[in-house]
Amino acid sequence: MLALMLLIRRFEERASQQYQAQKIGGFCHLYIGQEAVAVGSIAATRPDDYIITAYRDHAHALARGTTANACMAELFGKETGCSRGLGGSMHFFDKKNHMYGGHAIVGAHVPLACGLAFACKYRKEDRVTLCFFGDGAINQGAFHEALNLAALYKLPVVFICENNLFAMGTSVKRSTSLKQIVDRAEGYDIPADIIDGMNFREVRDKLSEIVASIRKDPHPAFVEVRTYRYRGHSMSDPASYRTKDELEKYRLDDPIIRLRAQLTREAKLTNEQFDKIDKQAKDTAIASVKFAEESAGPPLEKLYDYTYVRPRP
Amino acid sequence: MREITYRQALNEALAEELERDPNVFLMGEEVAEYQGAYKVSQGLLERFGPDRVIDTPISENGFAGLGVGAAMVGLRPIIEFMTFSFSLVAFDQVVNNAPNMLTMSGGQFNIPITFRGPNGPAHQLGATHSHATEALYANVPGLKICTPATPRDAKGLLKTAIRDDNPVLVLESELLYSSKGMVEPPDEELLIPLGEAEVKREGSDVSIICYAQTVPLALAAAQLLEEEDISAEIVDLRSIKPLDERAIYNSVAKTHRVVIVEQDRPFCGVGAEVCYRIQKNIFDELDAPVLRVSQEDVPMPYNEKLEKAVLPSTEKLITAVKKVCYA
Repeated sequence: MLALMLLIRRFEERASQQYQAQKIGGFCHLYIGQEAVAVGSIAATRPDDYIITAYRDHAHALARGTTANACMAELFGKETGCSRGLGGSMHFFDKKNHMYGGHAIVGAHVPLACGLAFACKYRKEDRVTLCFFGDGAINQGAFHEALNLAALYKLPVVFICENNLFAMGTSVKRSTSLKQIVDRAEGYDIPADIIDGMNFREVRDKLSEIVASIRKDPHPAFVEVRTYRYRGHSMSDPASYRTKDELEKYRLDDPIIRLRAQLTREAKLTNEQFDKIDKQAKDTAIASVKFAEESAGPPLEKLYDYTYVRPRP
Repeated sequence: MREITYRQALNEALAEELERDPNVFLMGEEVAEYQGAYKVSQGLLERFGPDRVIDTPISENGFAGLGVGAAMVGLRPIIEFMTFSFSLVAFDQVVNNAPNMLTMSGGQFNIPITFRGPNGPAHQLGATHSHATEALYANVPGLKICTPATPRDAKGLLKTAIRDDNPVLVLESELLYSSKGMVEPPDEELLIPLGEAEVKREGSDVSIICYAQTVPLALAAAQLLEEEDISAEIVDLRSIKPLDERAIYNSVAKTHRVVIVEQDRPFCGVGAEVCYRIQKNIFDELDAPVLRVSQEDVPMPYNEKLEKAVLPSTEKLITAVKKVCYA
């Protein structure tokens, strides 16, 4: 799991570089600082559980098993990308790994998560859906409608609010009438918890408990995972709405440093081992850039191929 | 063939498709215990149970989105809007999520969903409840749209829509729910392809292109025109998207004169697109400018007399026909 968090970190650093080199277009929202949330949560699931998230989605795909190559190629708009170069940074999809996107209208995918969970219940499967979104989503109507539906129909879904304190440049304090986000769930009678999102083990363990309880008896759950993004909202955001001191405070609490320290303390990880894992992550990230660069773009002749699905023969 | 109402035809289509495919479910406001706001889903709860005929809270964005999510993993939701005027609350799901998913995912996720319900002005419902949404949705790539005008078309198109692997909007008409027409018996499978117009009446002097509520209106006008020795051909589009251009051109090549009568607003309305295509593709066949009869470009007034003035009518249509016939 440390390896996965490092891979995400190194991948995002490369993506940032490539964006600045104008190899990546559009918007690009980096996840650096939040790695323990996606990795910890997904570590608590089965491979056939459903994952759906918002536009800051690179990490969720990587955590789900989408290759760094497919992710980087998607950022480059290449046909080898996880969405064939048609989705871009905000729309990563990977059907094989049950990654249902990558959704860029804030809050609009929360009802979709209800649909995924509804399908599981409808088919009497014991899959659980994890629905990630940011603190900015909790004031959207779609979010509220979805929570009500999930509670009403007892849908097997975990709503995971990745509270990184800012919806773009607007702090939670300036956007939300509640003192704490977790209280949103109370209005819908959905059991809820607060999790330290900088602590991989806490995320994984609490999510594991929740997922197990949902598998036994379908119901929704809500967690507010407190985390922090080191970078701006997107690549074009200098994040001048927060102080250097605040950023430094969180950097000291870095989820990767924390997990490394835990493992070292328990004598499960040496410095050499860490360096080796980190080198592998860097190499994979660098290789993914090469792969993306060398991949072909989607052919113009296929422009109309994905607007409608053709009738089954 | 037997005579049934438009409402019964839709009900049969729903029942047959629910029976045929366990992945199909019906969801919407008042569809189950209330038996449907317009009784289209009458008896379905009893027959198929609460797991497949599902009441929702008043939450269009939420349950439309739920349908899209369920469709991502292969269920085939039928989402009923009590009226398409309310679909505007779910606009983001219908416009952003359902039709974009296939492209955004590089072809991995198609959305086999049906959005259905009454569309277009009914009678004195005022501005918020009288929207004809077809032009709004027709502008969106990835959606298919059909507009049945008869019980037979209602049944055949709805069944096809449910089986389609893309998001399809079935725009019904409140004013037509009680209208009657001949439909094949239930033991005979009735599927009408999307994108196939139908000539509802043959004629030689003028083509009247219509759909949904304007079909009975056009048929009534044709009867009156007959008395004045003008023979009108009535082309019912049945689907707005895909559009059956061949059927349109065939009729225009025969009559050389066209009036489009539509239930939506004039600015960027369905008729504007049809008219553009006619002049672009068979300009030489035209003996007169194409005219359109649509709503007036105002929010719908409640007052009955004013509402009538806003809506297309037989009189307005006849006037337009006489103009293109120089009669």
